[in-house]
Amino acid sequence: MIRILLAGQGGQGVLSAGKMLAESGLWEGKEVSYLPAYGPEMRGGTANCSVIISDEEIASPLCNNPDVLIAMNGPSFHKFAPRVRSGGIVIVNGSLSDCYAGRDDISVYDIAANDIAMQAGDIRSANNVILGALCQITHIVKDKSIINCLNEKFVGKPALMEINARAFELGKAAVESGGER
Amino acid sequence: MAKILLHGTEAICEGAIRNGCRAFFGYPITPQNEVPEYMSVNMPKVGGVFVQAESEVAAINMVYGAAGAGVRAMTSSSSPGISLKQEGISYISCARIPCVIVNVMRAGPGLGGILPAQGDYFQATKGGGHGDYHLIVLAPCSAQEACDLTYLAFDLSDKYRVPAMILADGMIGQIMEPVELPPMRPLSDIPKKDWATDGGYGKDRRVLNSLIIKAEELEPHVNALQKTYDEIAANEQRCEEYMIKDAEIVITAYGTVARICKSAAKTLRKEGIKAGVIRPVTLFPFPSKAYERAAEKAEAFLTVELSLGQMVEDVRLAVNGKKPVSFYGRTGGNVMDEEEIVRAAKSALARAREGK
Amino acid sequence: MAKVFKKTKMLTDAHLHYCPGCTHGIVHRLVAESIEELGLQDKAIGIAPVGCAVFAYDYFNCDMQEAAHGRAPAVATGIKRCLPDRLVFVCQGDGDLASIGMAETVHAAARGENITIIFINNSIYGMTGGQMAPTTLIGQKATTCQNGRDPAVNGYPIRVCELLATLDAPYYIERVSTHDVKHVLAAKKAIKKALRFQAEGRGYSFVEVLVSCPTNWHMKPIEALRFMAEETSKTFPLGVYRDKSEGRE
Repeated sequence: MIRILLAGQGGQGVLSAGKMLAESGLWEGKEVSYLPAYGPEMRGGTANCSVIISDEEIASPLCNNPDVLIAMNGPSFHKFAPRVRSGGIVIVNGSLSDCYAGRDDISVYDIAANDIAMQAGDIRSANNVILGALCQITHIVKDKSIINCLNEKFVGKPALMEINARAFELGKAAVESGGER
Repeated sequence: MAKILLHGTEAICEGAIRNGCRAFFGYPITPQNEVPEYMSVNMPKVGGVFVQAESEVAAINMVYGAAGAGVRAMTSSSSPGISLKQEGISYISCARIPCVIVNVMRAGPGLGGILPAQGDYFQATKGGGHGDYHLIVLAPCSAQEACDLTYLAFDLSDKYRVPAMILADGMIGQIMEPVELPPMRPLSDIPKKDWATDGGYGKDRRVLNSLIIKAEELEPHVNALQKTYDEIAANEQRCEEYMIKDAEIVITAYGTVARICKSAAKTLRKEGIKAGVIRPVTLFPFPSKAYERAAEKAEAFLTVELSLGQMVEDVRLAVNGKKPVSFYGRTGGNVMDEEEIVRAAKSALARAREGK
Repeated sequence: MAKVFKKTKMLTDAHLHYCPGCTHGIVHRLVAESIEELGLQDKAIGIAPVGCAVFAYDYFNCDMQEAAHGRAPAVATGIKRCLPDRLVFVCQGDGDLASIGMAETVHAAARGENITIIFINNSIYGMTGGQMAPTTLIGQKATTCQNGRDPAVNGYPIRVCELLATLDAPYYIERVSTHDVKHVLAAKKAIKKALRFQAEGRGYSFVEVLVSCPTNWHMKPIEALRFMAEETSKTFPLGVYRDKSEGRE
């Protein structure tokens, strides 16, 4: 079982990345749950959601101490990095955040998602860059599953499908080229 | 049928539509707005009726009319809106009109907050409005159950002519999980209602009414209602028992909170404490039998709620003093985590062993 | 001997409970006769309110639902939306319709629900014993304004026809009276028209009927009828406020 907390700002595609992960897990026949945080936060600045992917029945859908944190900006990184379980993983959008967590029992990957997304062709695909990095690091779901889900979502928009696939690949490559700090 | 990823609210709607619900009346309130939104799109697709009412009060009375005319009808709201519906629910109960009411609970009292809570247990299970009556109350813990229990609610409500409530917490409103949808039930498969007011004249006319002004008539009517509740209590108790057989400590909760309790029970077992969970699926009727059985063996009970202690009263009645029953609750929209429950369970067990 | 009058079969044989001299019962008869004359008795579903007409479910010889106080238009909406080919009619008094149920009244009208509302306006709460109503006249006495309605304390009476006529959706709105035979006949015409419009699927129809309440007005029946002619209809002018069939917007 892996518990993933995705956090960022409204409009960064945090919730849709979370759904994409859950969809991909379901597509592979795994148990999944997706729980967005809601409330004033939903309308204000921050957006976050918990995704759990598991081989067995998921009991608690909460993610208070995630195995993986995806932080799309600085405030999310600093708010949630302390909660990551010891030995856990943090993927931080280096374009919008520093990557100093103040603890050495977790692995922090610095992925400049916004810059890479622009390189891929659209800044809005920063979430897909991060999904690429996540798959490369954790192999929680297969690349193919994510790409299939993305293509399903953007069916009829081949240009966007191409950008998303590129962003995903560049995200993976960014891990290889030494994203870990 | 393959599972699809659905929001809890969508699962509720599909459970309703697939079991013949053809009328929905609602009014916006967070955190259940996805229910009326989904119904506004999907009711017309099955030839059903959707009306955004001018208030929760109007919505429940539209349900009264539609369900009274023999159509499977539903309304949905969240805590403050459910308070507004209570008058209508009391009338519907007295007139014995089956229908389904969804409450995606938020934190109260008053306007409160919009985050998850379970503070409406008393209101849902003990009557809620005025007079001697009960609802059938079902508490889903997952998107799948949100669908299945809503489906079931229509059948139970029709069978007993008692309105049914889906009592969900805010997390059910937001969670997305894989759901296997039941097949669409043909309307012809739903038993006819020989009491419905659908246009009968003269000797065929029927009346749906909650005014029974003569004491000698009202008492037998209320007694008949109570007899139905007794039957429901005898036939319809439902709960999930999780690792109960050898449990030293029984943790009990309903809805999504029960899932956190299950995680806590697993952790406790890893630490050598035999913990189990009883999760009531029906809150009315309360599954007392399961507690009576568990009280024979377990050393202690811990009730966990997103309230200051409501279901715990029913747990204590069911355990009937045989074993100590402790309580742990959070309010305001805060949800306890696994560790809090683990600590509370250990302390409940320790207190029981010290005989406190 | 030729039979010149017979009771409509749309009324049951139950005894009306209305006080002597009250004209409310006449309105029930007009509604029942109209339904029968239109041949719609097999399709009729009525809604009884809370107030003097609370027992209407015993009087109309068709399917009836008894609604909570003020909620009859919502109940009617629920029925009519599900069974659009039925004739759904609502009887409501002034407290039910214009006070506690004003929201339901206005919104059912604004949605243009294809239902017929028969609004009994007697300017008083009859069933509960003569308290002030939203339609109590200025200066008229009630048990909760014993020196007469004072606008400074109690505000002004609400003219519902005029209010609903500000909305776009209603198809037909008329105010009629029952203070003499001529007006009773006119009332019948209006009620029948309203029901016919519904049967033709034209939309929301609303008939306000002025009714006397000798008991709570503390008048003899004849005096009460005279009061209606001279006073009540001054505050509540009779007439057609909307008739889209005649292009009256």
